[in-house]
Amino acid sequence: MMNSNADAAIRADGLTVVRGGRTVLDDLAFEVPRSTVTGLLGPSGCGKSTLMRAIVGTQAKVTGTLDVLGRPAGSAALRSRVGYVTQEPSVYADLTARQNLDYFASVLGLARADRRDQVERALTDVDLTSHADVLTGNLSGGQRSRVSLAVALLGAPELLVLDEPTVGLDPVLRRDLWNLFHRLAAERDTTLLISSHVMDEADRCERLLLMRAGRVLADDTPEALRARTNTPTIEDAFLHLVDTARREEAIR
Amino acid sequence: MNTHRTLATARRVLRQLGHDRRTIALLLLVPVLLLTLLYYVFDSDRRAFDGIGASLLGIFPLITMFLVTSIATLRERTSGTLERLLSMPLGKADLILGYALAFGTLAIAQAALATGVAVWFLDLDFAGSPWLLLLVALLDAVLGTALGLFVSAFAATEFQVVQFMPAIIFPQLLLCGLFAPRDSMQPVLEAVSNVLPMSYAVDGMNEVLRSSDITGDFVRDVVVVAGSAALVLALGAVTLRRRTP
Repeated sequence: MMNSNADAAIRADGLTVVRGGRTVLDDLAFEVPRSTVTGLLGPSGCGKSTLMRAIVGTQAKVTGTLDVLGRPAGSAALRSRVGYVTQEPSVYADLTARQNLDYFASVLGLARADRRDQVERALTDVDLTSHADVLTGNLSGGQRSRVSLAVALLGAPELLVLDEPTVGLDPVLRRDLWNLFHRLAAERDTTLLISSHVMDEADRCERLLLMRAGRVLADDTPEALRARTNTPTIEDAFLHLVDTARREEAIR
Repeated sequence: MNTHRTLATARRVLRQLGHDRRTIALLLLVPVLLLTLLYYVFDSDRRAFDGIGASLLGIFPLITMFLVTSIATLRERTSGTLERLLSMPLGKADLILGYALAFGTLAIAQAALATGVAVWFLDLDFAGSPWLLLLVALLDAVLGTALGLFVSAFAATEFQVVQFMPAIIFPQLLLCGLFAPRDSMQPVLEAVSNVLPMSYAVDGMNEVLRSSDITGDFVRDVVVVAGSAALVLALGAVTLRRRTP
C-alpha cells in the first residue's frame, strides 16, 4: 500500500511495542522523508514518546521493521548520527551549560579543535551564549531545556528526534526555535521529528504524523490533511479523524 | 573501551564535584576529624588506637565512595543523562571506569590527608611503606565505587539508595574484625567474614601497620579486594542497559 522509499530517514512497518504487557504502539507503518520537519502530534499518552525512544534505540521490546538512516534503529553506527532530546532536560544540573556541552562533545568523539567551535555554535543556535557559564541547575526551566537541545545539536546529527522541545517556552522563543528547526533542515540537511500535543504548532511542520492510542491516524502534509477532512485547522482535522476512527471502532 | 571517553567522563565527574565544595570538604575532613576523635577516645590505650586507626583508614574510602557513587549514579539514572549517554557512542566500560577513576583520585587525596594526620600528629606507627597504604586505600575506594554503582540499579529514589548503606556496608563493618578479631567469632560468622571484601580491606591495612615487608598475606588481601572490585564493576556494567522498558 505504501510506496517504500529506501532514502527515507525513518521507515517503519508493522512496528509494535509492548510495555508492561500493554501494546503501546500497534502495527505502525509510516515514513519520514529526509531533510524535512515532521511533526508528531497526538494527545498525551498516545505513544509519541515511546515511538521516539524506539527510533533512537532506547526502547526495549520493539518488533517489526524500524529503519533509521538505512540501518535498524539502535545500531551502534547510528549513535553519533542521531540526536535525541527527552521531555525532561537530560543534562547535569551541577555543571555549567558549556561544561555539559563540552562533556557530551567528547563522548561523541569530536576532535578537540572542532569541539570548541561546535560547542559555541550549539550555544548560539539555542541563544544561550550569555548564560553559558551559569550552573544548569540555576537556569530557568526553559533555559535548561535549551541546554538539553544544544547537546543534541552537537556533531551535526543527520536526524534530530525532539520530544516536546517547545513546551513551556514563551512565544518569541518558540518562534525562534521553529526558525532554527527549519534552518537545520534547509541548510544542514537535517531531518527533524518533533512531537507536540499542541495542535497549533502543526502548521509549522512540512509533514504530520497524527497519532491516537498507539496508532497512526494520518501521515500527510498539513494542507492535504485540512483539504481531505474539509476542516479549517489541524485541530479540527484531528478531531474529525478521531471521530471517524471511533465510529469505525464502534461498528466493529 | 576508549581512553579518551573514559578520561572525559572522569573529568566530568570531578567537575561536578568541583561545583560542590561542601561535599569535597566533608569527604576530606570527616575522616581526619573522626581519627582525631578516636585518638582521644583511646587516650590511655595507644596500642588499641593503632589497630583501629589503621582499620579505619581502610574503611573510610570504601564507605564514602560507596555513598557518593550510589547517589551520583542514581541521579544519572533518574535524570535521563544515563539514557542519553547510552544512546551516544559511549561504552559502558567508559562510564564505569570514568567513575572509578574520578572517585579513585578523590580517595587518594582523602587517604593521603588522613594518613598524614594519623602518622604525624596522632603517632600512628606504620611499619610498612605509606605507598602500600595508599594502594590499599585506592583499591578500597574502587570497591566502594563498584558497590555503589551496582546498588544504584536497585533503588528508585535517594531515600532507598541510602538504605543500602546499612544493608550492604554495616554487616561488613561488624564482621571485618574491627570490633572483635575475626578468628574469635562464632565459626559461621567467621566463615561469612571470610567471603566479605571489607575483611580483606581491613586485614590489608593491618598488614601494612605490622610488617615492614610485603607479606604473602598482604598480597592476598590486595588481590581479593581488587578482584572483588573488578567483579562488582562487571556486575554494575550488566545493570546499564541501552534499551529499557
